[in-house]
Amino acid sequence: MAAPVVATGLTLVVGSLLFAALGYDPLATLQAFFIAPLNSLNGLSEWLLKASPLILIACGLAVGFRANVWNIGAEGQLIVGAIAACGVGLFYPNPESPILLPLMVLAGACGGMAWAAIPAFLRARMNTNEILVTLMLTYIATLLLSWLVHGPWRDPAGFNYPQTALLSAAAMFEPFDYAYRLNASVFITVVAVFLMWLFTDRSFLGYKMSVSGAAPLAARYAGFRESSAVWIGLLAGGAAAGVAGMAEVAGPLGQLSPQISPGYGFAAIIVAFIGRLNAFGIVLGGLLMSLLFLGGEAVQMNLGLSAALTRIFQGILLFFLLAADFFIFYRLRRIPEHA
Amino acid sequence: MPPRLELRNITKSYPGIVANDDISMSIMPGEIHAVLGENGAGKSTLMKIIYGAAQADSGEIFCDGKPIAAHTPATSRALGIEMVYQHFALFESVTVVENIALAVSNTFDLDALARQITELSNRYGMPIDPHRRVHDLSVGERQRVEIVRCLLQAPKLLILDEPTSVLTPQAVVKLFDTLRQLASEGCSIVYISHKLDEVQELCDTATVLRNGKVTGTARPKESTSAQLARLMVGAELPEMHVSPSVPSEKPVLEVRGLTAPARDRYGVELKNVSFEVRGGEIVGLAGVSGNGQAELISLLSGERTHPNALTIHIDGKAAAHLNASERRKLGMAFVPEERLGRGAVPPHALWQNAVLTAHRTGLVRNGLVDRKGANSFAAKIIERFKVKANGPQASAQSLSGGNLQKFIVGREIALQPKLFLVAQPTWGVDVGAAAFIRQTLVDLSRSGAAVLVISEELDELFEICDRLLVICQGQVSPPLIRTKTNREEIGLLMTRVDRGNGTNGRGEVAVQD
Repeated sequence: MAAPVVATGLTLVVGSLLFAALGYDPLATLQAFFIAPLNSLNGLSEWLLKASPLILIACGLAVGFRANVWNIGAEGQLIVGAIAACGVGLFYPNPESPILLPLMVLAGACGGMAWAAIPAFLRARMNTNEILVTLMLTYIATLLLSWLVHGPWRDPAGFNYPQTALLSAAAMFEPFDYAYRLNASVFITVVAVFLMWLFTDRSFLGYKMSVSGAAPLAARYAGFRESSAVWIGLLAGGAAAGVAGMAEVAGPLGQLSPQISPGYGFAAIIVAFIGRLNAFGIVLGGLLMSLLFLGGEAVQMNLGLSAALTRIFQGILLFFLLAADFFIFYRLRRIPEHA
Repeated sequence: MPPRLELRNITKSYPGIVANDDISMSIMPGEIHAVLGENGAGKSTLMKIIYGAAQADSGEIFCDGKPIAAHTPATSRALGIEMVYQHFALFESVTVVENIALAVSNTFDLDALARQITELSNRYGMPIDPHRRVHDLSVGERQRVEIVRCLLQAPKLLILDEPTSVLTPQAVVKLFDTLRQLASEGCSIVYISHKLDEVQELCDTATVLRNGKVTGTARPKESTSAQLARLMVGAELPEMHVSPSVPSEKPVLEVRGLTAPARDRYGVELKNVSFEVRGGEIVGLAGVSGNGQAELISLLSGERTHPNALTIHIDGKAAAHLNASERRKLGMAFVPEERLGRGAVPPHALWQNAVLTAHRTGLVRNGLVDRKGANSFAAKIIERFKVKANGPQASAQSLSGGNLQKFIVGREIALQPKLFLVAQPTWGVDVGAAAFIRQTLVDLSRSGAAVLVISEELDELFEICDRLLVICQGQVSPPLIRTKTNREEIGLLMTRVDRGNGTNGRGEVAVQD
């Protein structure tokens, strides 16, 4: 339990030294980084808005990670989920229908799962490496999105900008308050966290997955199919990422454009590991990661820190967190010189 | 002459347990000294203290008359104390010589080291190719690597922790020759074991531990097994009760013409294997390890499937194409020889490991694991099989090998199997527990289950089996009735020469050793 505290303390010390060395007031910088963004209702809204997809995706990914299924292509699954959901939102015959939004959630999940099913099939049947396949499919998804918004789906009334038409009101999550961007999609994340906990901690399927991850030979001994761990692991990540993509399109964005994600799919991998692949930990990890995004933007705007510097600082914090975890399990010892 | 090693009043306690209580012993140069005791008697702790991997709470250690203050494995090795652990510490993906170079810190001339390894290993009669990769080596060969690594340091005291628990009978003979040669050159040897016959054959003196205390010292060659066992166990060993078997009409396990290719380059091809096991009887499969046992057992357990479903029948149903879970539905249970990582998930708690195969006994409801049920299931096994563990919450890897084996055997028996497969049931298990496990197997069969035991310990097979099979180079002999055969006949079948390959001589048989 002391590890995150030690890591945070070390980050503050090293970060202060870094800021001081570059001529910024360390206290003011840290304040701008961590406190100022949460000082307003709008800040809190943005905080949760950004944390929500991170937590959602990390929950899905952690299901696979626990079984040693390494899906690092959540970014691509997010994009395809967003495309599928937006497609339904744009082309559903009745744009005012109350079932439109649930259909889009379904479409997002299916899109993400379909994209994840490709590496799952290849791994289960042909034993290809899912790390490479999921990563490469991310680039394909990016290009697919780019083609759609530059070509067939481009808004004819959009002044030639590469983006689709705006979704109808019924195809979007209504914000809690129109002054802020936070919307009801956070409840999807809340449900996902609970489901993830139920699955990994209590369900028999989750138990089988953890056996596959911890001892593949024991899984074979008990007759648990390795291929089902691969399928479940990848599909869970794909579904979560797809729904996260849907929530972006049907939430703050309202349309597709070439850049719909600021890297949520990749950041969620870090969130999953900061959270030690555990539902509660992932919530904390997602909140921290989101704060780092916000704080990074804030110091760039308010204090004029360079983007590179904020990234270095974010890297320092993540480095210390993951390193502190390492030292929970391993201990450094001095070895006498004459061995 | 001062003793090579002298321990005075060593005491070491861990939370909740006194592992070593006021232990004193001394070992002369060139002496082979046994430390005997059941699992959990404190043998391994004592060895760690000698080697410096753990520190005693009180007491003194003298080496050649000089006291050793607080020490570490590195200082021990500087003094000439080397240790071969029960579980080897080798890097599997690199070669023998690279592994040894890592331990011999000052040498990075691999070619010279390889020559040294070849020369030394041949001198002690355990040839090893320094350029083979460790993952290709059999356990016997891996142990040679560990021993050669120690011998390169010209040790004055060599500690071996249950070295024969992974060796074939032939490999044990070779190992003993090596150890005697070493001792005759003045090296002292501490030999930890619970196998009385081996200690009697090899060791000059024995210190017997029980519950962390020295319960006696003996000259094994002049003592009877019963005397030593009484010192170890503190009571007479229970006698085995083997009532006559009443085999069922129909076989529960039927193997017909099973042929399967080797799993990899170092595996063994199964050739036309046929046998059957009936309910109510125990059939033993004898053989030198590496003759196809691993292939056969994985095909029988369903860890590996066979395209021709008809080659294996379980309880009358074609089963060769079924996976392990589907075969368990037909009433099969299985205890593999590897406990950690195959029979149990190392970081998981015992209650979680109970779910591994016992989930079908109602421990899963509506897709959720019944934690309470699993806990009480595990607690029952711990109680009934006298597993030494801190309750169902203890992780599998925190148990000693023998205790984990008792847990796995208990779990599989609690499934009330019709067919019970068990490989090496008593490897690394102390005498008391081994007798208990054997009796359990006999009782299980007499209650109507078909039991197949795969073991390299002929004594064990002769003690409990009704019929015996012998596997050699992937072929299984016709069954022999236990009461009408003898060790010599089995031994000949175990080392049968395969004329088809035109090989000859005894050395060709133990392919992997």
